[in-house]
Amino acid sequence: MDRAIAIDVNRLCKTYDGHKAVDDLSFRIYAGEIFGLLGPNGAGKSTTLRTLITLLHPTSGTATVMGYDTVREADQVRTVIGYVPQERAIDRFLTGREHLQLLGALYHLTKDEAAKRIGELLKLVELEAHADRPAKTYSGGMKRKLDIACGLLPDPKILFLDEPTLGLDVQSRLRIWEYVRMLKARGMTVVMTTNYLDEADQLCDRLAIIDGGKIKTLGAPAELKIALGGDIVSLTLKETSRIQSLASDLTGRPAIKTVRATTKGLDIRVESPEKALPTILESANRLGCDIEFIQYNRPRLDDVFIAHTGRAITESPPEVESA
Amino acid sequence: MGHYWQEINALTMRWVRRLSREKFSMLFTLVQPMLFWLIFFGNLFQRAADTQVMQAPNYISFLAAGVVVMTVLNNGLAGGVDLLFDKENGFLERLMSTPIHRTSVILSRFIFVMAITSMQVLVILGVSYLFGVHPATGILGVAMILLIGMMFGVGLTAISMAMAFSVKSHGDFFSVLGFLSLPMIFLSSALVPLTAMPAWMSFLAQFNPMTWAIDAVRPLILSGWTEALPHVGMVVVVMLVFDALCLYGGAKAFRRAMG
Repeated sequence: MDRAIAIDVNRLCKTYDGHKAVDDLSFRIYAGEIFGLLGPNGAGKSTTLRTLITLLHPTSGTATVMGYDTVREADQVRTVIGYVPQERAIDRFLTGREHLQLLGALYHLTKDEAAKRIGELLKLVELEAHADRPAKTYSGGMKRKLDIACGLLPDPKILFLDEPTLGLDVQSRLRIWEYVRMLKARGMTVVMTTNYLDEADQLCDRLAIIDGGKIKTLGAPAELKIALGGDIVSLTLKETSRIQSLASDLTGRPAIKTVRATTKGLDIRVESPEKALPTILESANRLGCDIEFIQYNRPRLDDVFIAHTGRAITESPPEVESA
Repeated sequence: MGHYWQEINALTMRWVRRLSREKFSMLFTLVQPMLFWLIFFGNLFQRAADTQVMQAPNYISFLAAGVVVMTVLNNGLAGGVDLLFDKENGFLERLMSTPIHRTSVILSRFIFVMAITSMQVLVILGVSYLFGVHPATGILGVAMILLIGMMFGVGLTAISMAMAFSVKSHGDFFSVLGFLSLPMIFLSSALVPLTAMPAWMSFLAQFNPMTWAIDAVRPLILSGWTEALPHVGMVVVVMLVFDALCLYGGAKAFRRAMG
């Protein structure tokens, strides 16, 4: 693929007090895509993000953003990125407009440029009516919108979002997703961390699953699901004594990839359910197995996560890490 | 240079805005607890204090210099608090992800703290004036007092910022702050001259930069230039060393915190 590279991470390591927060990461992010860093808390995704936005220096390895090195050319990197930190990175006493004016000065905009852009952004995130109230009167969703407006103020090439919908209600969440899709449509590259599987699945063009400071797998959500090896048909049998005979009968049949016995029945990975289901039913009939329940699942991102990390995202990591 | 100025100006205005949004906090910033020391402590000890020992016409005129420097101490040590909150809620990260000069945020804080401190010192001197304490060295002496206050304040604010960048939680910050400030006051010439202290206390007090600052401010208020100048010369040297040490420590803490 010869798509333009927005971010190039090469053998990145970051160690804190002997603990490897990020361990030999290498990946590329292409211009114009929404890229997700997915992982549980403490997986290293925030550390990776904060290295890319120049706030952390890597222990070893390099990262470039739009061709600029994040350490040696940090200032150039800072001019092409926008950053939306986790919630509450807001000064309660300043109004929404004052937040944007402050950032306007920090990005060295003239008063007129800033005023014009601030007007546009307030409109975009629907905060015009509240722009001159102190931020302490804002709801969680409004604060998040202001956060995003702040991130967009420099008109960045790449926008970094750290857990953009953490702790938000469903409506605000969907609204934030809308913004992100719209930014992509305008040609912006978006890099986000999340520990919500549905968010990664719905929003990201490609994602990296990170756990224990390492990339476990990387690709488009659909690719990752396909790579698991097809859809799953789960059978629950009335008589568990018949599970073994049905399993051995089905093994090796066309359209059926693997058969695994469970406590109540079978989990069968199939190439296509259209071809496999008749085979399964015919076999069960012939052997006289009464089927109590039949369920058919496309693999979800949860399955991808479990397959690559050995646990669900909500389970705590095996080693307890210090915060 | 234009950019640098734009950044510092915008960041300093943010501190001013924050203060002006909190009407109560602004009121209490100007009419601060330090005034109580002057008014109550000063008048309370009027007869208990020996003017021979104080080398001053009355206790309140002796105490004025101490209260001025205590004001500088409190403001300086608390100067990093807002940066601590910025660090904790991620605002500092947001600021540092913009293409600003790395020192802009810190410099804006110094400017703000120094400006507030100077105003408070003027309030203290104004209230002292009402109690009959008229600075012997006049307006120029007041300017000199402000300069000494700022030199001391820069170092203290640097310590406070270094702490803000180093502590794990703001609980730690306030514990250390509370622990530092009282011994600094009692082990100085703020309330009692060194000659009237127990030997071990006056020994320790000599190493307190606060003592040097007070010993220069006091003759500026009580005596006049001839008496004051040697002390002023001395305190400038002491403060240059003190500030250099504090700024070095502060810069190290800042660099560690900011990767």
